[in-house]
Amino acid sequence: MEELLTFNYTIPGDDFTRAGEASSSVKNKLKKMGLDSNTIRKVSIAMYEGEINMVIHADGGTITVEISSEKIRMILADTGPGIADIDKAMENGYSTAPEEVRSLGFGAGMGLPNMKKYTDYMNIDSTVGVGTTVTMDVRL
Amino acid sequence: MITTQTLIDAGLFTLKTAGDPSKNIGKVFCCDLLSIAMGRAPSESAWVTVMGNRNTLAVASLADISCIVLAEGITFQDAELDCAEQEGIAVFTTELPVFDAALKIQELLS
Repeated sequence: MEELLTFNYTIPGDDFTRAGEASSSVKNKLKKMGLDSNTIRKVSIAMYEGEINMVIHADGGTITVEISSEKIRMILADTGPGIADIDKAMENGYSTAPEEVRSLGFGAGMGLPNMKKYTDYMNIDSTVGVGTTVTMDVRL
Repeated sequence: MITTQTLIDAGLFTLKTAGDPSKNIGKVFCCDLLSIAMGRAPSESAWVTVMGNRNTLAVASLADISCIVLAEGITFQDAELDCAEQEGIAVFTTELPVFDAALKIQELLS
């Protein structure tokens, strides 16, 4: 069985100055591994959107990145409020982000659609009051 | 296609930090909503915006944007400029509105 290269990150909640650190770290690792720039860009954008969502909505969480010869899998898990209507959340422009987040340039309701756009597979497993786990793959 | 160095040499805007001047610029992109910029900004672009916070840099870095032009007199703090330099992203400032700044870059591109 093929061995996975795994990286784990803890995302602090409600700290916008640090949002993106995990995504930047993964981007740098993928660069050093010599992956093509388009793949790195897809992973970076999808993971950053997920990371920002965790900071905005879920008081942080954890991200696991697994790299195999076939794909890069990102698993973003939080114990936040959960998503009541996933289909609605997937719509372009739909957002429940608070005003202070919007004033920073986020909360345009593009996060989940962007994540889907830049990945080859995305699954959202969410229970209201329990948390959300988003799994995304970018094929290599 | 021009490089960031071309933009520096043109002297259109105030250079705050040069980053990696060899980066290519193929397009100019204007947007202030980071969520939209993240998904839509072309790689190797010059990004004109009035959104001057640390997250602007994170988006630019992760989306492979070559340089940021802060319009309307907006500036970054020193810590953000240090971060931009480390990420190899050039930062310019200008008093011009977004459209006028973008038009000047477009004129260089064409």
